[in-house]
Amino acid sequence: MAVITRRKFLSFTAAGPLAVSVLSQAAASTPSGSTELTAPERARQRIQQQHLPNLPLITHEGKNVLFYDDLVKDKVVSLNFFFAKCEEICPLVMANLSKVQKILGDQVGRDIFMYSFTLKPEEDNAAVLKHQHEMYGAGPGWTFLTAKPDDMEHLRRALGFTYPDPAIDKDKTQHIGNIRFGNEPLTLWSACPGMAHAQWVAETLEYIIHPERSRVQRP
Amino acid sequence: MYYNVFGEKVSRRRFKEMQEAAKNRRELIAAGLTSRRDLFKMGLLTAGGMLIAKSGLSARAQTQIPAGSPTQIQTNNPPSSGSSTSPGTNQNCAPSNQLASPNTRAFISPLPIIPLAATVPLSSLNPQPTNAPNTAAGEVRAFPHQGPTNYHNLFPDANKLSVYYRFTQEQFTTSQMSPDLPPQTIWGFNDGTGTRSPGPTYRATYGVPQLTRNINLLPTITPVNDTGFGVASVTTHLHNSHNPSESDGNPCDFYTNGHFCDQYYPNVLAGFSTQQFHNTGDINESLATLWYHDHRVDFTSQNTYKGLTGFYCLFNNLDTGDETTGFRLPSFPQFDIPLMFNDKVFDQHSGELVFDLFNLDGILGDKFLVNGVIQPFFQVSPRRYRFRMLDTGPSRFYEFFLTGNVGGTGNPTTNPFFLIGTDGNLIPKPVQVTSVRIGPAERVDVVVDFTNFAGQTLYFENRLNQINGLGPVAVDSALFPQNSPNTECVGINNNPQPAILAAGAGNLILQFQVTGPRVRDNSLPPSKQTFYTLPTTTDTPRVVRTFKFDRLNGQWSINGQFMDCSHPRFTVQQNTAEHWLLTNLTGDWTHPIHIHLEEHQIMNRNRVAPTVPADIGRKDVTQLHPNERVELFFRFRDWLHKYPIHCHNVVHEDHAMMALWNIEATGDTVLVP
Repeated sequence: MAVITRRKFLSFTAAGPLAVSVLSQAAASTPSGSTELTAPERARQRIQQQHLPNLPLITHEGKNVLFYDDLVKDKVVSLNFFFAKCEEICPLVMANLSKVQKILGDQVGRDIFMYSFTLKPEEDNAAVLKHQHEMYGAGPGWTFLTAKPDDMEHLRRALGFTYPDPAIDKDKTQHIGNIRFGNEPLTLWSACPGMAHAQWVAETLEYIIHPERSRVQRP
Repeated sequence: MYYNVFGEKVSRRRFKEMQEAAKNRRELIAAGLTSRRDLFKMGLLTAGGMLIAKSGLSARAQTQIPAGSPTQIQTNNPPSSGSSTSPGTNQNCAPSNQLASPNTRAFISPLPIIPLAATVPLSSLNPQPTNAPNTAAGEVRAFPHQGPTNYHNLFPDANKLSVYYRFTQEQFTTSQMSPDLPPQTIWGFNDGTGTRSPGPTYRATYGVPQLTRNINLLPTITPVNDTGFGVASVTTHLHNSHNPSESDGNPCDFYTNGHFCDQYYPNVLAGFSTQQFHNTGDINESLATLWYHDHRVDFTSQNTYKGLTGFYCLFNNLDTGDETTGFRLPSFPQFDIPLMFNDKVFDQHSGELVFDLFNLDGILGDKFLVNGVIQPFFQVSPRRYRFRMLDTGPSRFYEFFLTGNVGGTGNPTTNPFFLIGTDGNLIPKPVQVTSVRIGPAERVDVVVDFTNFAGQTLYFENRLNQINGLGPVAVDSALFPQNSPNTECVGINNNPQPAILAAGAGNLILQFQVTGPRVRDNSLPPSKQTFYTLPTTTDTPRVVRTFKFDRLNGQWSINGQFMDCSHPRFTVQQNTAEHWLLTNLTGDWTHPIHIHLEEHQIMNRNRVAPTVPADIGRKDVTQLHPNERVELFFRFRDWLHKYPIHCHNVVHEDHAMMALWNIEATGDTVLVP
């Protein structure tokens, strides 16, 4: 398969009908009713167009959803990739996320939504993901997702779960184990290692849910 | 009949294995054994990062894992030198696919000379500073000021100082970057005279302690963010200052709008609490060019890119800022000019400043700014100038040449100049060089003599070839140090990448027009100058610690662990010496490693004593190249409590390539923290 560079992908989305619909939608939702966007609206739209494509996905419950509209828009989210047959890093990251979910408690599904995407959509159908979901004790605010392989590949690239070297990028045993987190309406995005201490990952996410909080120095 | 989760038929034995695996995994989760270290300790993980198959952690374990390591990958580069090195994968030979900025004209705007910070009277700080943190008034500080608390004979109380600053972090709109771009809404520092980025330059003096009240007045986070990047919660670090930890600007102590932190800068020489340099400190530890920047954990790259940076110049009775006294270096601020270099990207259509939020490797800009302006010009007089050059990143390394005769008949010329300081510290003797390399957060002080160039045009040109955020194109470690014509990218995609580009073929960043009036030059020629001697490095270290900088499935790590604000890794004993071994066994990445509080000297790179001038001297950032082990000498003195060690490629830093450590009266001897 030809390597799709980020630039090619961006030019694809920029020209495609998807981008147009996102654009018109954003324009229509400006408070003034004019088509002129404010700087923050432009910034939010830029992130949308470049990184948050509105691709169709299927949840572990077999539900059809759209990535941007249904999963990310107006939400605080955590995003990571895994696959069911993964031998190495996935069990560690997913078990860690399971702990993070416990620490965050009922904030998950209300203040923050956790999403785990399969890197092997050709293997991991909804039933497989449902089994995984149970195995990791995932609650209702944590959704596992699959998609058409091409769509999932686009999503992975758009979200920056990639290596610069295409050979390494293709090797799924080396896949990126980070958790990307974001507050979509406030355009706050960063990432942390999936294997960092669960307590600290949870705390990091809470500062994205509540960006107005200061962290007082502790001895 | 038995099936696995993929709907495949399996034997009863295999089914039992799978059930066992799932049970094991649940047990691990229940037991909290999910970190790499935990599993390693339990013998469940091999050194190569493989989960041990026989433990049945994976439902596919018995049948999937071949004898060889599945992490082995094909590389097409020659093996690197040395026996304990790992092959690179030439990831830094692949150009990044970032979008291009709109066109901007070069050398049409003058270089901004950053104004000096304005002091304020004590009365303008309301409430008055206190030694103990004023938590009730919104101050974010856990410890009382250590100076007046622990060394009352040396440091006045926080409300009895002679120099105060009131700095606010604010959003502002500026057109200074380029007349070809729309106004940009960014963040900066306001000392009371207006908000700017770079922030105002401090002129500080040894022996004169001062206090800055840093107040966060950035717009409340809701509802929106003008640029789409940056978080309006800050902590301002004074880079390389010998500062008590409560005033250091720790990454984990961030605060939002309306909160403040009183940062007490003692301006004291390291060693003042030791017997040897009792009360005065060691003059050979003098610092000169420091900088301040936001250090908010996970967001430092975005917040500094958005403008939260500035200079702090520190003088004493030798490095006086007056060319008729002391070392007789060119006078500050007329002929001694701080230059802040960074690279940025602008949206092709709107021309607005953008930041690639979804990048883990490091990001490059295609527009080069000096003191906040894209490719400015600077009119100089035919005389000597001191330049304090700082690379604020996020991820670019530079090798600066002084190039002349660009566009003239004949080839561009490469002109020598003098290196006088590394990381803001004067080296023992100026060294004549034709180029100088710096990475993110590093500084060099140089003296350029324009006397013989009257009427001509010269450039600071970056000729270092870097095509993505990982670092400069790979240089075989055997051929390191610098300027190797041969890189590991030779033969990759039929696109050989030289390490150093030809004169005139690099980035012309700052233009010098030597058209100023002839003025008196009282500075001493660098060839006749000597500065401080280097502190000895012969003390027996109390402990030799090892730090392995690595990448595990895209996660930046130090000794296999990740940043955690709540867990310092080790404790250094106050007023002792240590050696730190920084190792980078990956073949690809260059990491500029920064350690707070104390400077270090490089004892060796791969057991070879430093050879390039930029490595001989006191440092606070050391470039750790692919397949390198660098040994550093430290003395940890005077101040207590928490500091970080981290990669200053701020994109790596923000993705957890950082660890916290403490300095206390009693230390530990953890060898691999």
